[in-house]
Amino acid sequence: MVGKLFKDFSLFSAVLILIILAGIFSILYVYASDSIHQFGFDFFTTKTWVPGEDDDGGVFGGLIPIVGTLLSTLIAMVLAVPIAMGIAIFLTEVAFPWLIKPVSIAIELLAAIPSIIYGMWGLFYFAPIVQELFGGSGVGLLTAGIVLAIMIIPFMSAITKDAMNTVPGVLKESAYAMGATKYEVIKDVVMPYSKTAIIGSVILALGRALGETMAVAFLIGSIVTLPGLITDPTTSIPVLLANNFAEAQDLELSSMYYLALILFAVSFGIISFAKFYFLRRK
Amino acid sequence: MANKDIMRAEDFSFTYPGAPAPTLKHINMPIEKNKITALIGPSGCGKSTLLRAFNRIHDLYPGLVYDGKILLADKDGKMENILDLHKEDQLVKLRQRVGMIFQKPTPFPMSIYDNVAYGLRLSGVNAKSELDGRVEKALKGAAIWEETKDRLSDSAMGMSGGQQQRLCIARAVALKPDVLLFDEPTSALDPISTGAIEELIAELKEEVSVAIVTHNMQQASRLSDYTAFMYLGDLIEFDKTKKIFTDPSEKLTEDYITGRFG
Repeated sequence: MVGKLFKDFSLFSAVLILIILAGIFSILYVYASDSIHQFGFDFFTTKTWVPGEDDDGGVFGGLIPIVGTLLSTLIAMVLAVPIAMGIAIFLTEVAFPWLIKPVSIAIELLAAIPSIIYGMWGLFYFAPIVQELFGGSGVGLLTAGIVLAIMIIPFMSAITKDAMNTVPGVLKESAYAMGATKYEVIKDVVMPYSKTAIIGSVILALGRALGETMAVAFLIGSIVTLPGLITDPTTSIPVLLANNFAEAQDLELSSMYYLALILFAVSFGIISFAKFYFLRRK
Repeated sequence: MANKDIMRAEDFSFTYPGAPAPTLKHINMPIEKNKITALIGPSGCGKSTLLRAFNRIHDLYPGLVYDGKILLADKDGKMENILDLHKEDQLVKLRQRVGMIFQKPTPFPMSIYDNVAYGLRLSGVNAKSELDGRVEKALKGAAIWEETKDRLSDSAMGMSGGQQQRLCIARAVALKPDVLLFDEPTSALDPISTGAIEELIAELKEEVSVAIVTHNMQQASRLSDYTAFMYLGDLIEFDKTKKIFTDPSEKLTEDYITGRFG
């Protein structure tokens, strides 16, 4: 009796996830359908986001927020992956024992900071530094990308560190016993052994970077122009949605659902691709 | 008769980090060339600790203290104290000359071929033809070639425990070491795999000198030429295996091999 109940409950929970996923997708699609009919695939190549007179009609295109989202995420990943791996390797293989604990705690604290704080810190403290070093107006793709990187590093390094700690000591010893150096042991044993978890952490971080709204809203500039330089301000999908939702109506609102659908598809697509490509078994 | 020995511990003591007293006390023991030397004794007697000093694998963990000498003969029979080595590349060279097989099979997460080629590549062998030849020779030497020749590119993680252990031996043999250290190599294996590994070790002594730690006294008496009996960090008795098992000089040795304790 209890066994049956438990089985039914777990089945229900598992099915619920599928229902929620399908529900979100279909609602997005239904609300976006006006815009999809109006703009079709041109939406992806249109640079304008201009409402018509009296909020009637208008021309809406997703190119700029899509590019902004992908580029800011790309900058974040390029910076964050090597640094996070470096932190994890340092903590598992290199650091003196007395140093491991404080650094680990600091990483967990960093992961616990709400994103709005990263946004404020980034805007008031970090943006001027970026402006000083790289020019531009301070806010822009680069600033958003760097702060995004700082936000996802703790995430990635904590998961990767835990995975690297599970590498059996005797496996490392036997690589040393073959005459491997520390670097070779990390490269040939520790990294391959924890590969699955490393990729998992990268995918999680990627998902977070793609969807991050609050911090990026502070830092990316929030203007709908295509960035010519890496320091130029632009916008991203979640930022555009957050900024415009209050006033948007009719076609603009529908176009925003279209954008949301695209973000959903892009996240889903990138994560599925990464899973399929990196985690497939021979 | 010093030059019969490939390695020799001389007045060797060893203390683990933070331990109040040494784990090994003034050990004097040879490993003779092309012979099998067994280390026996009850748990905690220090036999594995001693074995792990012979290739300085202890050094992966900081804070330990060596005392005395462990000598290793070079090609001309000249003895060098391996406790004097400090640089990483010196220790790497030492471990290529003094290989080690562990209690549990430890295949690397890569293909069968790459497992065997791994140490060779580390030591600078990169030519495909030479690698192919030496991998095949090593796998044949470890009596596992027939089972693996058609699936060299498969992951080594999919092999059985006994096969994995022979792969680990092949991997160590491929480097043409002078000495191979076995740390209870069959304690995680079934009797049939154990038999295969023992046979293999017996054949290996043509090429290398062997030291083996074992819990299994039958294994020591079947396999080895010399036996060292250790107890609480002291080397109680070292002699020809036959002598140890039939007519030990020490009362303690006799008690242990007749199963009165341990």
